[in-house]
Amino acid sequence: MAKDLVKTLADLKEKEALEIVQNRLKAGDAPLRILDDARRALEIVGKRFSESEYFIPDLVYSGEILKQITDMVKPKITKGQEVKRVGKVVMGTVAGDIHDIGKDIVVFMLDVNGFEVFDLGIDVPAQKFVDKIKETNSKVVGLSGFLTLAFDSMKETVEAVKKAGLRDKVKIMIGGGQIDDQVKGFAGADAYGKDAMEAVKLAKGWIGG
Amino acid sequence: MEKQWQEMTADEKQEAQFQKLLKPKDPGGNDLKFQSPEAEATYKASITRIKDAVQLKKTPDRVPVTLLPSMFPFINAGMTIQEAMYDYDKCVAAFNKFISEFKPDMHIGAAAPGPGKFFEILDYKLYAWPGHGVAPEHSYQCNEGEYMKAEEYDLLLTDPSFYFRNFYLPRVFGALEGFTMLPPLTGILEMYGVAFNFIPYALPPVQGTFKALFEAGAEALKWAMAMGGSNGLLATLGFPNILGGFTKAPFDVLGDTLRGTKGIIMDMYRQPDKLLKAMEALVPIMIGMGIGAAQQTGNPQIFIPLHKGADGFLSDEQFKKFYWPTLKQVIVGLIEGGCIPFPALEGHWGSRLKIIQDIPKGKSMWMVDQTDMAKVKETLGKNACLIGNVSSSMLRLATPDEVKAYCKKLIDTAGKGGGFIMGNGAFFDEAKPENVKAMVDFTKEYGVYK
Repeated sequence: MAKDLVKTLADLKEKEALEIVQNRLKAGDAPLRILDDARRALEIVGKRFSESEYFIPDLVYSGEILKQITDMVKPKITKGQEVKRVGKVVMGTVAGDIHDIGKDIVVFMLDVNGFEVFDLGIDVPAQKFVDKIKETNSKVVGLSGFLTLAFDSMKETVEAVKKAGLRDKVKIMIGGGQIDDQVKGFAGADAYGKDAMEAVKLAKGWIGG
Repeated sequence: MEKQWQEMTADEKQEAQFQKLLKPKDPGGNDLKFQSPEAEATYKASITRIKDAVQLKKTPDRVPVTLLPSMFPFINAGMTIQEAMYDYDKCVAAFNKFISEFKPDMHIGAAAPGPGKFFEILDYKLYAWPGHGVAPEHSYQCNEGEYMKAEEYDLLLTDPSFYFRNFYLPRVFGALEGFTMLPPLTGILEMYGVAFNFIPYALPPVQGTFKALFEAGAEALKWAMAMGGSNGLLATLGFPNILGGFTKAPFDVLGDTLRGTKGIIMDMYRQPDKLLKAMEALVPIMIGMGIGAAQQTGNPQIFIPLHKGADGFLSDEQFKKFYWPTLKQVIVGLIEGGCIPFPALEGHWGSRLKIIQDIPKGKSMWMVDQTDMAKVKETLGKNACLIGNVSSSMLRLATPDEVKAYCKKLIDTAGKGGGFIMGNGAFFDEAKPENVKAMVDFTKEYGVYK
């Protein structure tokens, strides 16, 4: 039996993990089973992160290994096969702010924890959040921002959601460099999360899964 | 006979620097003419207060207070960031008004917006700024990327200046494309062959790059004159700026603008030895950058913004292996060169305090953003002066009474026995002016040591 992908990837052994994937593909293993193992490994990575055993470099590195695995496996997936998702989240860095590192880590952690994430990118106008919520019926919205100007953009985004009549249909979480509970109150968001795993915890609490 | 600078100990150098600050000169080298005896007294009292807070030998007469804004003075004056970046006179006028009104013991000058036209001339790609990727009313922000490639460590290590000129600079400044065609300067050795080295300077792309450099230099000088004028004027009004320049932690040099956040993370796993070697090579360069700036400006305080050492970014093991050793060497090197390192602990640093407290006593000042100040005082605060930590969210969202209550707590804990300068924790843009005022005025009143 080949070495265990879940453990190897969770331990961030890049070369070994890629080798295992290659061998399993050669042996005709189902691509979705490989991806499922990879996701389970990343769940362990997330758990280790929330227990302060792993840190941001470990998250980013695991994401990089996962990307390579996905690139290897994806061409072998036949149409109609899809990974089951636990819920939908709309994410973006708010208007005026172009910082993406923190947001990308949150998107990544939500994704590997089974959420379907609609990443609107950076400098996202309030209306774009509203449109995406309507289009996707997402129950959770994540607003990211690094600068103090993001305080106002977050508030404006929450207000736009309210104006569109969607405020009681979604939960809104915020995070980023200078964000704290005081900003949460100011912006009218439902929660502030200090890191990516808190975002996962919040989303799971709201959506389940 | 007075001791020569080279013969002085770090203690003597620092003392000499403060004595020089206590006898400020005008640009002509004559004694600075203050606008009033009160202004002179205010200036000297502020310097003495900062000196006592930094040296940890004597309790100052009161807690000094500083204001370290990013764009606040310009936003508060009703200007857009774009105006502050392009109209140097307007920028300086707003900053002068800000300092004259809020009256801190120390400021760091009006340089935060930077010269917009200069960035345009050089086609700067590393940042988005008003009119170039962000709205006129918003601050400039970094376009992160891998401007240095993973396989380029050997090039950097062999000849850092050559690497910067021929590879890094043309990637971050569009107008410096011509640099890619230049040979290394170290090939210019003897009569035979010397002329070959100069042929590229005849090529149109190289000449275009030099033309852009001349223009950029003229623009930078124009801007620097406005900044210098502001510092000079504010000094005559009694408000010192002791900032000499800045340098960086070697890990941040590579992780911020060369390899980028993701790039340096990959290097930690895939080529840790190369990364460590490159950081070692950067140590003398970063020390030289700080000392050089201090000599050029005559001011000893060298700012060191600290980014990727913050809590949660690295594990303790990674911090001890990759971040701290070379940063400590830079800090110690600056101190031995007579500078006052001024590192800023941006974000949270609670898990690093026991490690970073191991520095020479009474030689540096640390800006604290969101770390619990009581804990910082018990550790790093034993060896260094602390600045901060009124948060950006508090300045922007709280009431003046809440700000005062927080400042009281800071003075009672961090201010105990001296070694503390009241100030904001992170460079701030939007804020309520009444909160900024409350921070300064309350400190002047409640912060008096009895």
